[in-house]
Amino acid sequence: MNGIGDLAVQGAQMLLVLALAPLLTGFVRKLKARLLRRQGPPLAQPYRDLIRLMRKDVVLAENASWLFRVIPYIIFAGTWVAASLVPTFGSGLLFSWSADLIAIVALLGSARFFQALAGMDVGTSFGGLGSSREVMIASLAEPATLITVFSVAMIAGSTQLSTIAEYMGSGAAGLRVSLGLALFALSIVSIAENGRIPVDNPATHLELTMVHEAMVLEYSGRHLALIDLSAQLKLLLYLSLIACMFMPWGSAPPQADQLALALGALTYVAKLAILGFLLALFETAIAKMRVFRIPEFLGAALMLALLATLLRFVSGSL
Amino acid sequence: MIAPALILVAVLLALAPAGMALSGIARGPAILYGACLMVATALCAIALSSLLDPAHPVSSITLPIGLPWIGAQFRIDPLAAFFLAVVNFGGAAASLFALGYGAHETSPGRVLPFYPAYLAGMNVVVLASDAFSFLVAWEFMSLSSWALVVSHHREAENVRAGYVYLLMASFGTLALLLAFGVLAGASGHYDFDSIRAARPVGQMASLVMLLALLGAGSKAGLVPLHAWLPLAHPAAPSHVSALMSGVMTKVAVYGFVRIVFDLLGPSEWWWSMLLLAVGGPSAAMGVLYALMQRDIKRVLAYSTIENIGIVFAGLGLALAFKAEGMDLVAALAFTAALLHVFNHAVFKSLLFFGAGSVLNATGARDMEKLGGLIHRMPQTAFALLVGCVAISALPPFNGFVSEWLTFQAILLSPQLPAWGLKLIIPAVGGLLALAAALAAACFVKLYGVSFLGRARTALAAEAQETDRFSLAAMFVLAALCLAAGIFPAFFIDALDGVSKSMVGTSMPHQASLAWLTIVPIAEGRSSYNGLLVFAFGLLSGSIASLAIHRLASDRVRRAPAWDCGYPDPDVAIQYTASSFSQPIRRVFGTLLFSVREIGEMPPPGSSRPARLTVEMHDLIWETLYAPIGSAISFATERVNVLQFLTIRRYLALVFSALVLLLLVLAL
Repeated sequence: MNGIGDLAVQGAQMLLVLALAPLLTGFVRKLKARLLRRQGPPLAQPYRDLIRLMRKDVVLAENASWLFRVIPYIIFAGTWVAASLVPTFGSGLLFSWSADLIAIVALLGSARFFQALAGMDVGTSFGGLGSSREVMIASLAEPATLITVFSVAMIAGSTQLSTIAEYMGSGAAGLRVSLGLALFALSIVSIAENGRIPVDNPATHLELTMVHEAMVLEYSGRHLALIDLSAQLKLLLYLSLIACMFMPWGSAPPQADQLALALGALTYVAKLAILGFLLALFETAIAKMRVFRIPEFLGAALMLALLATLLRFVSGSL
Repeated sequence: MIAPALILVAVLLALAPAGMALSGIARGPAILYGACLMVATALCAIALSSLLDPAHPVSSITLPIGLPWIGAQFRIDPLAAFFLAVVNFGGAAASLFALGYGAHETSPGRVLPFYPAYLAGMNVVVLASDAFSFLVAWEFMSLSSWALVVSHHREAENVRAGYVYLLMASFGTLALLLAFGVLAGASGHYDFDSIRAARPVGQMASLVMLLALLGAGSKAGLVPLHAWLPLAHPAAPSHVSALMSGVMTKVAVYGFVRIVFDLLGPSEWWWSMLLLAVGGPSAAMGVLYALMQRDIKRVLAYSTIENIGIVFAGLGLALAFKAEGMDLVAALAFTAALLHVFNHAVFKSLLFFGAGSVLNATGARDMEKLGGLIHRMPQTAFALLVGCVAISALPPFNGFVSEWLTFQAILLSPQLPAWGLKLIIPAVGGLLALAAALAAACFVKLYGVSFLGRARTALAAEAQETDRFSLAAMFVLAALCLAAGIFPAFFIDALDGVSKSMVGTSMPHQASLAWLTIVPIAEGRSSYNGLLVFAFGLLSGSIASLAIHRLASDRVRRAPAWDCGYPDPDVAIQYTASSFSQPIRRVFGTLLFSVREIGEMPPPGSSRPARLTVEMHDLIWETLYAPIGSAISFATERVNVLQFLTIRRYLALVFSALVLLLLVLAL
């Protein structure tokens, strides 16, 4: 809690995640297209989509309630606040003490709660289908995330994300089995939470296996833009989370000078590019799963996370 | 402090016969509930003034009633003051709600006399300071609530609920009776002070703990002693359901804490394992059961089992840390459990009030007959939404704070030396995380099916907003959910005295920290600031809304639903409660409920509709309760012949029994 510098870092981070999130999505899309030997949309396409959607009229279903109109803002607010509390280029965030990692997971949970409600508001079968599947996936993914958080927090001795990032960056953690398991579990969860292949397909419409797209089917115009932006922010958040916990190199320490901050920003973009590339590669290489295979996929994450925590309980050095 | 509290309880008792007289008058319910509201508010004020006093005063009194020579002893210490506050806050809210809701009661004569008696019973349990008054009050509370459960006795389901409840309540009281018997020991001192002076040790202490867990656990609804709860709580009128679920289960928690933390003193390490092994599965099982239900009030009753599981897991952690002398962490776990007691009392009452309002407006408790109520009952819908978010443990509301504190205690548990605990605590942490996620699913379903979408029946389509008293009660509770979520520091500090008196120390003072952050152990370790999270969320949501409306577009057009191009006017195409939980039923239910889904597709060309049959079993009922029940009925049928003997045979029976007893004595 000291001074203008931290406030500037915090403010810069809030704007940075907002500005970078569509680019990340565009980057992954472009890579996937290139891997399939297609040209792919330009990198800036997500920005154009967002701007176009914002300018359009909202077409509301006749029986949509007030809640339906408020929910996009709630989802956006929850996701944005969560994303601005995850260290990206530096760990000296002014407000990082206001919510620890458990609270960040729960904030995303709040956003999802309202998103699932929105799916049920108009009273169509597609919306209910999406919500019902979303909560099933969440009921496995959320505990897996929390237990992963537990295992990492127990190693770092803190649930504060800044402290965890600094601890991991200091090299004191070393190589541990439980960290490896936690990374694996968190990667599975990130794929499921962001509705990527093999759990959900972000590019489909009109398909019975869809989850996220079914929930937001009735949204249009600026509401849809906000929901899309929130989904992009969420992807950025999860990749930043993996980067700051498991690839802590180069990140600027608190009260860093401008050079360290610039270096942190550069390495951060590089980390995102690497993780985005891995995501695109994975998504291209694997086929979409049937809905009832997903519990097994996520169950694996849950068990791995539990194993990581248990190892930590049993031995201090594993 | 204690004298005015007892006078107010006496007023409640006096209101019970008055209720009989008032039930005949048109304004009778309003007068009675108004009086209850005032008395409960006054009692709550007394409790709070005692709880918030930094000196943590203890005041006691002995009345010359009850057992001769001993009298009845009553006492307010910090623990009693906290639970007194919870009981009477719940009582006041329920009375306020009932000012409106009670007017719809078809047979007020069956509710009005028992309602104040029930409130009085719960108050006396908390105030009692000797085993005799405690047990009498406990039984009084059970019986008066039983009378309220069977108040609508013409429905066969309610009568069955009442029967099961009566059996389980008797079982619970029996266990507590034995627990106090062991506690009193050979000297037979029944007052709590003498018990504290001569505590049982070793196996006797463990026996008391087991009996207390059985007795209080069955009242609180811990799995597998929960079977009566989802039957009895929904059967009562809604304001009584709120009291039973939100408050009476807390009185049971009080009984357990009083016996195990206060009267027994030092604990064995495996007690905490037992509590964790019961609490964690109760939390997960309770919410899974809740997910399988269609009846709103039954969903809420099962979710009470989940929350009680969380409370008992917290108490288990507190015991474990206390046994190892890690008092500060024990205080954290204990405070988390008590804060959850308070939080659950608030949001569960709110949710039952909402269910009651829906029941009044539509006559339906089955979610699959509702839908679209957000249009017809917007204010109820808003208040209930707050309750649903809060109970799902989501920030910025209060449920999240107590879960967060519990998780913080779990994260400190690798320091415990016992191996059994090292293995069980991660599993319990996983179960609590699972329960939190499933609770969110459960309340998305409850709210989504009954309040959102389109009305499924004419009753739901013509529902009217509920009365202003009910709304006032719901909004007060909803506001408290938010207040306790964004200013948790004040609520944690209020528990200082309780924690000091039960685990020896308390959490560091929180309200003096900058920005009202809560920091359970150390700032570098973990902190949470509900106020800032709420403010940031509000700010970023408003900025986004303003910016988009100013700079981009603010136009709205109404059109038919899109639904991928195939909109169907039939309301039956909406997802129902059963179809919503189908994926979860399939994932978790195959093992836990041995679910079988049998689909029958008609042959091609046939116009016969397809059929889906879902078969579910309550395995706990079938493996635990049903065999005991059939064993008892088998035995009673055998013994039944004794009822039809001739007088000669009866005399012979008496004679042989006498001889046998004398023989036993002689040996």
